[in-house]
Amino acid sequence: MNSSSNLINALFIFVLAGFIGFEVIRRVSPLLHTPLMSLTNALDAIAVVGAIVLVGEHKSTLATVFGFIAVVAATSNIVGGFLITDRMLKMFKSSRPVDKPAAKSVAK
Amino acid sequence: MMTAELAGSQVIIELLYLIASVLFILSLKWMSSPTTARHGIWAGEIGMVLAIGGTLLNRGMDYRLIAIALVLGSIIGVPLGRVAMTAVPQRTALSHAFGALCVTLVGSAEFYLRSPDISRFMMSVLSLEVILGGLTVTGSLMAAGKLQEILPQRPLTYKGQNLVNFLLLACALGIAIFLVLHPEAKSMFPFMVLIALAFGVLLIIPIGGADMPTVISLLNGYAGLSAAAMGFVLNNKLLIIAGALDGSSGLILSIIMSKAMNRSFTNVLFGAFGQVQTSATAGEEARPVRSATAEEAAAILSAANRVIIVPGYGMAVAQAQHKVRELYDALTKRGVDVRFAIHPVAGRMPGHMNVLLAEADIPYDRLIEMDEINSDFPQTDVALVIGANDVTNPAARSDASSPIYGMPILDVDEAHTVMVIKRSMNPGFAGIDNPLYYLDNTLMLFGDAKAFVGSIVRELSGGHG
Repeated sequence: MNSSSNLINALFIFVLAGFIGFEVIRRVSPLLHTPLMSLTNALDAIAVVGAIVLVGEHKSTLATVFGFIAVVAATSNIVGGFLITDRMLKMFKSSRPVDKPAAKSVAK
Repeated sequence: MMTAELAGSQVIIELLYLIASVLFILSLKWMSSPTTARHGIWAGEIGMVLAIGGTLLNRGMDYRLIAIALVLGSIIGVPLGRVAMTAVPQRTALSHAFGALCVTLVGSAEFYLRSPDISRFMMSVLSLEVILGGLTVTGSLMAAGKLQEILPQRPLTYKGQNLVNFLLLACALGIAIFLVLHPEAKSMFPFMVLIALAFGVLLIIPIGGADMPTVISLLNGYAGLSAAAMGFVLNNKLLIIAGALDGSSGLILSIIMSKAMNRSFTNVLFGAFGQVQTSATAGEEARPVRSATAEEAAAILSAANRVIIVPGYGMAVAQAQHKVRELYDALTKRGVDVRFAIHPVAGRMPGHMNVLLAEADIPYDRLIEMDEINSDFPQTDVALVIGANDVTNPAARSDASSPIYGMPILDVDEAHTVMVIKRSMNPGFAGIDNPLYYLDNTLMLFGDAKAFVGSIVRELSGGHG
């Protein structure tokens, strides 16, 4: 009974999080679709927590080895993902309004 | 794993996971605008640190090995975070593979730890996790290989391809069902994983470079869904939430991308673009085109009031974005209004062109989406197409027999003058002839994108000083 109520809870969380994700990501500017993908990739690497437990608990050699590789793979996604997203976002600059007000009047 | 009564440290861990979940959602919410996006990274990073920190609170853990793995991962991660912007599509594909590898390995380890004591539901989710994860690992590696041009970008097709793929997937699902009924059959598990891995390879073989934006998005979605499945297996709510967020992100991007190509998912995955069309265009070679030199192009551009530049994958290949920035500067200095028209599938991943142009310091408010800018082409003096092909092909509007008929395009042919920088008259990746090149108002500028834009810039500055 405990495991089936766990399942129902998990399904609730999954469906609701899916809705939130859909609504939030729909609003992301297409300008930022590449950094969005690298950011979600980094966030997705939260799977590292499952791998950390496998390595830490040392239940079998196979589990430890698999867990170890999994921690390495996920950590490289976390570090690399946040790094490159930050680098990309730093590059997005608006045109400086002080620079050339004449050209601005044509725009929009 | 835990009994119903939560231990004290367990409550703290769960609370930390809750805070991390909120931070992850905020992180994505702040991505809605370039002005707030960098807060999003901080939120994500804090959430990540809290979640990992919380996990380390679990009692009886061997920290030494964990520390070694974390350090090793960081050592690999730093160079992956420092790749050149032109390499971002293959880096992204590679990171999908890493994420899915983690999920697949954890799923496999959990199976062997728990078998035979696995409920039917648990085994179904675990199979889903491992199959999705496995095919994403090899599929993403294949995609990365194609993008890095280690593997041929042309789609590879053979007779009965879809049947073979379908049978493989059916085999994997068959084993999954068997394992659900007989979770003690440990020897069957590796076959399920191997078939999923093989399926991932075969799935990407027939996909050409031009379809990569959709495929990368789709793989992103798979990686997310497999992580969510892992959350079910481990009963980890944070993982379910992160997986659901990533999954919906991948799904939304795939929908946007396939809409921008007027194709369905199944068509992208099983349609193998580019094979049929090459023969169809062979007949009509010798139609006349008008070409122009850099000097002439510079004269036309400097006489214009409004210029729209249409970048495509060719700009990325030629690494021409910095020269394009010089052109933008030179024209803006002369009072020309220069904007950039961005097609959703220009390049090899969603948003690819925006990142390259932003890297070259072009202000993002000059980068305009297709739907917003299309109505401006009739009032535009010059549309300058740099390394884009199919996304400007008017056949998509007019020629019902064209393989890209119905795909939304940038209406560059409505500009007063169209200039196309192109290496030669060879058709693009999809192998489809582009009637744009034969129009009366089109001038072909033959040459390497970077070199040609460079010489236009030289002409512009030379004429002035």
